[in-house]
Amino acid sequence: MSKLMSAKTKEILLGPLAKNNPITVQVLGICSALAVTAKLEPAVVMGISVTIIVAFGNVIISLLRNTIPNRIRIIVQLVVIAALVTIVSEILKAFAYDVSVQLSVYIGLIITNCILMGRLEAFAMSNRPWESFIDGLGNGFGYAWILVAVAFFRELLGSGTLFGYQVIPQALYDAGYHNNGLMILPPMALILVACIIWVHRAKDKELQE
Amino acid sequence: MNTNSNTYTFIYATVMVVVVALMLAFVSSALKGIQTENIELDKKKQILSSLNINLEGEDAAALYDQYIVQELIINTNADIRSDVMGEAFALDFGKEISKEASERQLPLYVAAVEGATKYIIPMQGAGLWGSIWGYVSLDEDKNTVYGTYFSHASETPGLGAEIADKSFQHKFIGKKIFNNQDQLVSIAVTKPGQKADNQDQVDGISGGTITSQGVEAMLLNCLTQYEAYFKIKGGTEE
Repeated sequence: MSKLMSAKTKEILLGPLAKNNPITVQVLGICSALAVTAKLEPAVVMGISVTIIVAFGNVIISLLRNTIPNRIRIIVQLVVIAALVTIVSEILKAFAYDVSVQLSVYIGLIITNCILMGRLEAFAMSNRPWESFIDGLGNGFGYAWILVAVAFFRELLGSGTLFGYQVIPQALYDAGYHNNGLMILPPMALILVACIIWVHRAKDKELQE
Repeated sequence: MNTNSNTYTFIYATVMVVVVALMLAFVSSALKGIQTENIELDKKKQILSSLNINLEGEDAAALYDQYIVQELIINTNADIRSDVMGEAFALDFGKEISKEASERQLPLYVAAVEGATKYIIPMQGAGLWGSIWGYVSLDEDKNTVYGTYFSHASETPGLGAEIADKSFQHKFIGKKIFNNQDQLVSIAVTKPGQKADNQDQVDGISGGTITSQGVEAMLLNCLTQYEAYFKIKGGTEE
């Protein structure tokens, strides 16, 4: 077991959560961070889906890495991701129809998520399957927690709800409080992500340029 | 082996494409049956949803059989083409509405809720990013809205996607689709605070203006198809 969780693999798993975060440090996957963070629920499901797909995409590419012709490697990566996403979406449609209806847009969006291509090209092409799997999980979680953090503030301040449940008491509205309509518009996601990056860099001197 | 040679690259690409294509074809055909069932069940849920029936934990198929007493196919002149159960349900309303007016086959569902007759009209239109659709149920007077159901393919979450929310759909209850001069004017979906002229209105969604306008256009367009039928007062006699 010690071999499975060496210091290096731990670093691969935990690095993307903070110091090497795909969104705040590598600035990948920003587009979907804007699109799905108006509400918590899609943000959570998007985070889970991306984690699963990037982890398995990494494993497949890592297994094939020595056979892939260099000149068409990007195409091969794309085919693997697109096939995985299509299969996941077909399975959801068959066995979790309600979820698939809610996610219809986001599932397709996963293919265009830069994190997937980024990890496949930068990590899985030159590492063994187990490390690649861990790397996929790490980056998926790193992506997911930023999404959830942004969605938390956007839903709370923009709609007064969390996971669709009212949390800001009616009494506050009666006292003149208003939901901030700006919060549910995409630009606010950028501003929130920027705030996270700001705090992150202020705390971690290594990241300052 | 030289993985950079042209021959290898060609063979690799060909094999990959064939394998992936076979895999996807297999998954798709293996799951087709379950998916079709899901889609039909979902359609039944949507229809029942427009009757404000709580489907939580219920068997939608059984409820559908219980509430929907008649399925009709009519044309724009209100001639009844079919009243066989299942035929109207199988129609693709989105396709019918894009046909020539004379060829359109319009599905209409008649439900009995607590002894009262309700008419359910399917809806199909366009939002900001993709299609929107839904069902509107009318009271026996074929004028007052009893309930609505809207859904969408890809509207923005938090904005246009709110049309799928019950709080938006409930705003339509009790609104009239005919004005005082007995003209079919449908219901306006206006920006909050604006006033519609000579017709009933509901507040649209802040930040979802184009989707709200899409709902308004969809209501008018789809209800107009059934205008002749609405003008036959008193029951469903042929």
